[in-house]
Amino acid sequence: MAKRIESLTVTDNHRLNSEYFILTLLSPGTLPEMKPAQFAQVRVEGSPDTFLRRPISIHDADRENNTIRLLVQILGKGTETLSRLRQGDQLNIIYPLGNSFSMPLKGQKLLLAGGGCGIAPLLFMAKYLREKGFNIDFLLGFRNRDRVIEYEEYSSLGKVFLTTEDGSMGEKGFLTDHPVLKENRYEQVYCCGPEPMMKAVASWCRMTGAACEVSLENLMGCGIGACLCCVVDTVRGNLCTCIDGPVFNINDLKW
Amino acid sequence: MVNLGFSIGDLRFRNPVLTASGTFGYGSEFDDFMDVSRLGGIVVKGTTLEPREGNPYPRMAETPSGMLNSVGLQNKGIDYFGKYIYPRISEYDTNVIVNVNGSYVDDYVALAERLNSFDRIPAIELNISCPNVKMGGMAFGTNLGSAREVTRAVRAVYMKKLIVKLSPNVTNIVDFALAVEEEGADAVSLINTLLGMVVDVKRMKPALSTITGGLSGPAVRPVALRMVWQVARAVKIPVIGMGGIMNTDDALQFILAGASAIQVGTASFIDPLASVKILEGIEKYLTDKGISDISDIKGYINR
Ligand SMILES: Cc1cc2nc3c(=O)[nH]c(=O)nc-3n(C[C@H](O)[C@H](O)[C@H](O)COP(=O)(O)OP(=O)(O)OC[C@H]3O[C@@H](n4cnc5c(N)ncnc54)[C@H](O)[C@@H]3O)c2cc1C
Ligand SMILES: Cc1cc2nc3c(=O)[nH]c(=O)nc-3n(C[C@H](O)[C@H](O)[C@H](O)COP(=O)(O)O)c2cc1C
Ligand code: FES
Repeated sequence: MAKRIESLTVTDNHRLNSEYFILTLLSPGTLPEMKPAQFAQVRVEGSPDTFLRRPISIHDADRENNTIRLLVQILGKGTETLSRLRQGDQLNIIYPLGNSFSMPLKGQKLLLAGGGCGIAPLLFMAKYLREKGFNIDFLLGFRNRDRVIEYEEYSSLGKVFLTTEDGSMGEKGFLTDHPVLKENRYEQVYCCGPEPMMKAVASWCRMTGAACEVSLENLMGCGIGACLCCVVDTVRGNLCTCIDGPVFNINDLKW
Repeated sequence: MVNLGFSIGDLRFRNPVLTASGTFGYGSEFDDFMDVSRLGGIVVKGTTLEPREGNPYPRMAETPSGMLNSVGLQNKGIDYFGKYIYPRISEYDTNVIVNVNGSYVDDYVALAERLNSFDRIPAIELNISCPNVKMGGMAFGTNLGSAREVTRAVRAVYMKKLIVKLSPNVTNIVDFALAVEEEGADAVSLINTLLGMVVDVKRMKPALSTITGGLSGPAVRPVALRMVWQVARAVKIPVIGMGGIMNTDDALQFILAGASAIQVGTASFIDPLASVKILEGIEKYLTDKGISDISDIKGYINR
């Protein structure tokens, strides 16, 4: 899976709500092999304040049309600049980067859990798992009804269980408050989202004995293993989130 | 054909574009993008006798036109390097230079001694300027007496080319350059990162776990260039310039100011191809100007 630097053409910039948008990018060639949870290092041109590239997960890939989609949350200057990209603009990215979620065992009961922009890699993972014949449940957490994104997209791939912090849609509370966790015996959980959320999911998994992989979103300098800025403290010492991750088994983390 | 080469004593470099320690891994991280052997040389990660875990996360913060880092010399130690990295890195057809670090003079000496026997490592870069470790590092590079002592001690045991990497966090960097030259350094490289800090206002905390870190990238370039110019006028040994070099123009500024060669650092994070693009750019610049040897423009602004 060779990494490449490529300028892709923006074919669509779809605004989901005040905070989220989806970029569709057309590769000038054939898309490289990509796996779920891999990411791209995105160059944000035009300001000394967006000096370093921004890591963004591969949300979706369409091999037939050689396009990828990125689901982005506006957080600061970089993502704000990206939100203003228009059809025809070029975006320089380095991809595909990082490891990926591992494959489950046959017949395992699977849960894909995420919150915020952490749901981004879960779509790609879900499509991958469906192709391999797995059934999946999603457990997705949002702040409130207005923040819920891509509900239909995920619903078409599996059963979606929702939580919102104010209870305006789905169950009220955090991901781990959802009753579906008590009703089902999930055996393998794939998780991505804010760290407190991932930690809560991880401790639920520890309690119930479910295997759990989390995709981390550490700050990155290079994304290719050259700077050692993105480390996470693991049982095997400091490892790079960009090349040894972003996916880690929770048993390897000191959470 | 343009001659791009330069020498440190009898050690020949085919061109003046090297990569800076800590920013180019062990080269292999870049294999997918480029032919690393095209470079004049690569300086590998800061290496120590014993393995080091480095500083806790977060160890990086973006700044306008630059970044702060406080990696703190994370590396697996010289034994691991010798066993697992050296065989692989030896395959590159270029000068592979090891960046040598320690907490005490004896560490530097022991490491340099070990590196004598690595046939494919023709030079070491003595890092007396790392701002991110509690002991050693910059402490050596910001005190004239210690800078002399560690250079002298390593010079006494190391047979091949000795490059000393200088800290910009001093009042007069020329004094340090002259001191290490006198103690037997074959070349100096500069600058290492400038000590800086960032406060995360939202969290009301320093952005780095270590509070302070080293600033690199174009933000430091004018300072770096000034220092390289000052040092190049003062010493007789070759000067390797670095600090915020992003493109050909930047690299040429350092050479015109007196550097024999340059190192590309942080730029490789933004464009992994930065180093080879700069190499091609320098060649084109010389060709376009009808200059046949890069040494003809070295220090040109001083003429
Ligand atoms: C492997 C990986 C995959 C990612 N995938 C996605 C994705 O698919 N979609 C998406 O929207 N985002 C994703 N992110 C996060 C994204 O990289 C950051 O949100 C983005 O870099 C912020 O850039 P900015 O310039 O907008 O914000 P900045 O101006 O850089 O920062 C704004 C604020 O957010 C904080 N911040 C920035 N980055 C992070 C981070 N990584 N973790 C915690 N706090 C941070 C800063 O400290 C600052 O307070 C991913 C990150 C990683 C490491
Ligand atoms: C992430 C990072 C790690 C670094 N690690 C080292 C190191 O181990 N040893 C060293 O001598 N310099 C180290 N440096 C300093 C660079 O080699 C270089 O001197 C400095 O970054 C200035 O050049 P630049 O602005 O082109 O990056 C590091 C710099 C960065 C950004
Ligand atoms: S981001 Fe540079 S090593 Fe991971």
